[in-house]
Amino acid sequence: MNLDPQIPDGPIADKWDNHRFSSKLVNPANKRKYRIIVVGSGLAGGAAAATLGELGYQVDCFCYQDTPRRAHSIAAQGGINAAKNYQNDGDSIHRLFYDTVKGGDFRSREANVYRLAQNSTNIIDQCVAQGVPFAREYGGLLANRSFGGAQVSRTFYARGQTGQQLLLGAYSALSRQIASGQVQMHTRHEMLDLVKVDGHAKGIITRNLVTGSTDAWTADAVLICTGGYGNVYYLSTNAAGCNVTATYRAHRRGAGFANPCFTQIHPTCIPVAGDHQSKLTLMSESLRNDGRVWVPLDGKNCDKNPNDIAEELRDYFLERKYPSFGNLAPRDISSRSAKEACDESRGVGPGGRGVYLDFADSISRLGESAIRERYGNLFQMYERITGENAYKRPMRIYPAIHYTMGGLWVDYNLQSSVPGCFVLGEANFSDHGANRLGASALMQGLSDGYFVIPYTVGNYLASTGAGTISPDGPEVKEVLESVKERTSQLLSISGKKSARSYHKELGQIMWEYAGMARNATGLQKAIGEIQDLRDHFQKNLLVPGTGDRLNVELERAGRVRDFIDFGELLCRDALERNESCGGHFREEYQTKEGEATRDDENFAHAAVWEYKGEGKTPVRHKEELQYENVKLAVRSYK
Amino acid sequence: MKLTLKIWRQTGPTENGSFESHVLDDVSEDSSFLEMLDQLNEQLLKQGNEPIAFDHDCREGICGTCSLTINGYAHGPENSTTTCQLHMRKFNDGETVTIEPFRAKAFPVVRDLIVDRSAFDRIIQSGGFISVRTGSAPDGNSIPISKVDADKAMDAAACIGCGACVASCKNASAMLFTSAKAAHLNLLPQGQAEKDARVLNMVSTMDDSGFGNCRNYGECSAACPKDISLDYIAKLNRDHAKAKIKEIFS
Repeated sequence: MNLDPQIPDGPIADKWDNHRFSSKLVNPANKRKYRIIVVGSGLAGGAAAATLGELGYQVDCFCYQDTPRRAHSIAAQGGINAAKNYQNDGDSIHRLFYDTVKGGDFRSREANVYRLAQNSTNIIDQCVAQGVPFAREYGGLLANRSFGGAQVSRTFYARGQTGQQLLLGAYSALSRQIASGQVQMHTRHEMLDLVKVDGHAKGIITRNLVTGSTDAWTADAVLICTGGYGNVYYLSTNAAGCNVTATYRAHRRGAGFANPCFTQIHPTCIPVAGDHQSKLTLMSESLRNDGRVWVPLDGKNCDKNPNDIAEELRDYFLERKYPSFGNLAPRDISSRSAKEACDESRGVGPGGRGVYLDFADSISRLGESAIRERYGNLFQMYERITGENAYKRPMRIYPAIHYTMGGLWVDYNLQSSVPGCFVLGEANFSDHGANRLGASALMQGLSDGYFVIPYTVGNYLASTGAGTISPDGPEVKEVLESVKERTSQLLSISGKKSARSYHKELGQIMWEYAGMARNATGLQKAIGEIQDLRDHFQKNLLVPGTGDRLNVELERAGRVRDFIDFGELLCRDALERNESCGGHFREEYQTKEGEATRDDENFAHAAVWEYKGEGKTPVRHKEELQYENVKLAVRSYK
Repeated sequence: MKLTLKIWRQTGPTENGSFESHVLDDVSEDSSFLEMLDQLNEQLLKQGNEPIAFDHDCREGICGTCSLTINGYAHGPENSTTTCQLHMRKFNDGETVTIEPFRAKAFPVVRDLIVDRSAFDRIIQSGGFISVRTGSAPDGNSIPISKVDADKAMDAAACIGCGACVASCKNASAMLFTSAKAAHLNLLPQGQAEKDARVLNMVSTMDDSGFGNCRNYGECSAACPKDISLDYIAKLNRDHAKAKIKEIFS
């Protein structure tokens, strides 16, 4: 597997400039001869499709939703980082770069991250010009806030719905290209396979989710922008439809999958209420600015009304363990501490998986109206979901899977190990290392889509020449037939269990053994259990109806089948990474105080998995990560 | 709790649909409305029936995918709430709940409770954007925008494009949606250059898509999960009149 990262020469600040200059260009008159497929219409895919259409390429864009405006980027609340330094508080491109590499626990690629920080400023300009209604100060200039523990105020935001507003910006640009005929939009289409001809990505197979028709689409390049795989845990903050199928299918066709074990857990989500639960809801982390996290000292008091538990019988465990950061300790550390408290049978609420986030002190200090002003919408959302009034009774929170840093391996050009197949946004692995900082996901999606891919895909196309292959060619037909075969196989099992029930079982295995804390014994057990689950699935799955029309259960079955295989890969990756770093915490590798122990000597690399065939063990390759501009250091939040 | 569900079933846009009744036991009051439907679908599967098709995605009230008319109300009887954020504790044990798709001529039924809202996309494609080339933007702070205007634009931009306004209007008018989308851009200095063409084109696409006329009943705003104000409809009418007059005299 060729894992040359293609990092340009020169000092880090000049790499992207040098690379843009040395990249080949496609003559404006020739651009219309090239077809590009974009899968996904979120920030990465929507921005890429709009920009490539605007440049003159012929673009086909696909999404599973009924309109491109609904991609899950829409749900991001907090904001988007940019090194504008409008606040004059010491920010710079280099500082954003440094914070991102350090926050990623030194498992991201320096050159990519630097470029991300460089592009961050252009993103804000672009979005403002599109009409994104960012928050403003009274003087009319853009407002900023500090977010996710950053020491500078570099986060731009649009109330609590920054993701929606940025996505609507990209969607409006995309709509303009659809109207002009440069982009053909295919909604309610799901990518089910990647087509390769002579080793290069030349097309995809989709299923039309309304008519059931399975079709081949060919092009000169394929861009996969299909987001993360958090739903492998069944319960996550991801949208119900988010899935790993597009990236996993590309992986099966030769695209290396990097660091699947790097998953992020968000500490402030509403806990699971019961077996009916289909998703978890995130509440902004900003709540921790005014809330104090605690559990009863003694597990016997867990069922008591929290307001009746005396102060001395409470354990404010974050304040106790991390006196300088207290309730604002980073996401991974706060999450693990909550889990530990619940593992000691001191958790609260249904199933004992929850901790209190208590605003009583802030309310008595600042008054209820001040708290209402800051968090009114969150308290309202909490009440809607739980039926509890958090002004009167502490909130209950618990960590949940939120974002996945791993993804398809890409080089500096965002090209996967399959030439011609590019991967953008959360679907790739490159920028966030082992842990993503708050307000950086939106930045990466838009940087990849607006500002990176137009150059790098042009360079690829200029060197391969136009010549979209016919959808009737033998290589295409073969993949098309295999997809149809797979669909009819799912329909023919005729067992008794629904795809959702398998998904739930998979989620339980993943959360138990590959969740917030992992160990070798558990991971081995998980791999065995997942293999058993797969066997059971193959024999007992029930998909009603037929494949030639809208069939939600069939869609789900295909996705769950890929989640099962992918879950096994994630566990293997977690098992092989014998260190704790970022979102990956291995219980065997921690200090006496319970802090993560990173192993830079043996694991300062991206682990890239190569698919070897059905039922065969995948092979682990490495891309060594070089740190020339940021000194490797231990993250400490004591 | 135990519920009787009267649910609309329809196999395709041209077939006739009808109500089907199901009894569902053991519904947790902590379930969301969609989780209750998940539970019903699992029950239907066990009974050898086909599950009910309905649209949903983020399940946190922001993507605008879910789209049910519940007991006659778009997104159910709660104010400022999408179907996915509606919880079963708002219903009573033993209650009969009627569930229909969003009904409008411009939103044909795809299957069961799923409707085709692509007419909204066509309205946006006809002018709901600011034409700006990627990479050609001036510095974000080069045009100061008063906080008041920015906030008003943001209020309009909060529309999630779910279509509850259309489903709740007896004329199935899309004025609240179109006006919010136009106002978001028309209120900002960046949106001025294309303002007139924008309103003329968006309104004309809206009319061509089969939406009815606005009679200022205000049901749309009452049903809107994001509380989009009727003021934007007034603004669209004003902007449209101005653009028309300019068109006549130009």
